[in-house]
Amino acid sequence: MLDKNGIAKRIAKEVQDGYYVNLGIGIPTLVANYVREDIEVEFQSENGVLGMGPFPFEGEEDADIINAGKQTITTLPGASFFDSATSFAMIRGQHVDLTILGAMEVSENGDIANWKIPGRMVKGMGGAMDLVASAENIIVAMMHTNKKGESKILKQCSLPLTGVGCVKKIVTNLAVLEVTQNGFKLLERAPGVSVEDIQKATEGTLIVEGNIPEMAV
Amino acid sequence: MILKKVNSVQDALKGVKNDMTLMLGGFGLSGIPENAIAELVSMEVKGLTCISNNAGVDDFGLGLLLQKRQIKKMVSSYVGENDEFERQMLSGELDVELIPQGTLAERCRAAQAGFPAIYTPAGYGTEVAEGKETREFDGKMYVLEHAFKADFAFVKAWKGDAAGNLVFKGTARNFNPCMCGAAKITIAEVEELVPVGELDPNQIHMPGIFVQRIFEGEKYEKRIEQRTVRTRE
Repeated sequence: MLDKNGIAKRIAKEVQDGYYVNLGIGIPTLVANYVREDIEVEFQSENGVLGMGPFPFEGEEDADIINAGKQTITTLPGASFFDSATSFAMIRGQHVDLTILGAMEVSENGDIANWKIPGRMVKGMGGAMDLVASAENIIVAMMHTNKKGESKILKQCSLPLTGVGCVKKIVTNLAVLEVTQNGFKLLERAPGVSVEDIQKATEGTLIVEGNIPEMAV
Repeated sequence: MILKKVNSVQDALKGVKNDMTLMLGGFGLSGIPENAIAELVSMEVKGLTCISNNAGVDDFGLGLLLQKRQIKKMVSSYVGENDEFERQMLSGELDVELIPQGTLAERCRAAQAGFPAIYTPAGYGTEVAEGKETREFDGKMYVLEHAFKADFAFVKAWKGDAAGNLVFKGTARNFNPCMCGAAKITIAEVEELVPVGELDPNQIHMPGIFVQRIFEGEKYEKRIEQRTVRTRE
């Protein structure tokens, strides 16, 4: 089974040379730590920066340079700042190559829910609805089950949706799944996790074809 | 040259009244019009509708107006990190319209640019699109979103001049340029008001035509919400 860093490490393998990438808050933010060093990638944050670098050294934080998680950041050579309309032009205009974000629920037709639990938690969608409605290439980073052990990989989402039919790939602590017309196709197992374990933790239709390799992380 | 400079935050906010709709720039606490917010608190205007990406934190930014119950309605994309906000929203004291962040930016820009509405793919098939006109273009579905109508826009820039020209710094730019000229009156506050002619016309982010009043803020706290650092090796 993978921890959060393990999920980030596996997703980092999906990041290719020349990609502009938007990372959501939480596990997706960790992906930046594991991207291969021999490829050129630029990270976009929707509050208005392209070419995000690592966190600043202590004493060098600048209140005017943050990411969408409101964390202090630095920029790399070649970086740029821009306003929110320009930022979402990059996103909706499909200039960003890969979007990685978290989810509370994903359904087998690619719907995603990640912004609201009615009556209990309403933080808002932020940029997530724009990201999922536009991106060609969306990877969801999430835990396979909730704290009670209930599946978050579902036939149908129960929570208010963020987007419909948009998720293509999911990386969880247990598996790598592809969203297909017939359900979740199991591509890889996490180290030490059996197909049966994944089946038990998946409420939606799971398609298992042939031998399922253990993921290399 | 048309001069926009006013001498105080009090002069800048003349005409702001109860029940008005205000736009406020900023992302989190970065690039928020701190001085205008402080003045709104002391003016004790009430029943405000505030269009702003976030709602501040409990004791800073728009959180200060929420504490005093001056806000009737918030139009935002993300409102986490604010307990008082969540309490007022869940108890029904505060009306909240949550909309996608790109839609918020574009509804401001539409108002600025003279478009009555725009079509966006964001939110299609979700509760955000409920009751709204939708339309298919080239096989994909879009939602019709209307330009905002606001009385005042409060924006914050790094530098500006008396002609109203603005230069922003870092990610404190965010929604500020989108809101300039998107309301009946735009009020810009800047960290430094420089003599006219000092700003290079090639480097101006927002031309003064979009700004009606400009003033130098008395002080900026520029609070950091999530101070995140790495250790030196």
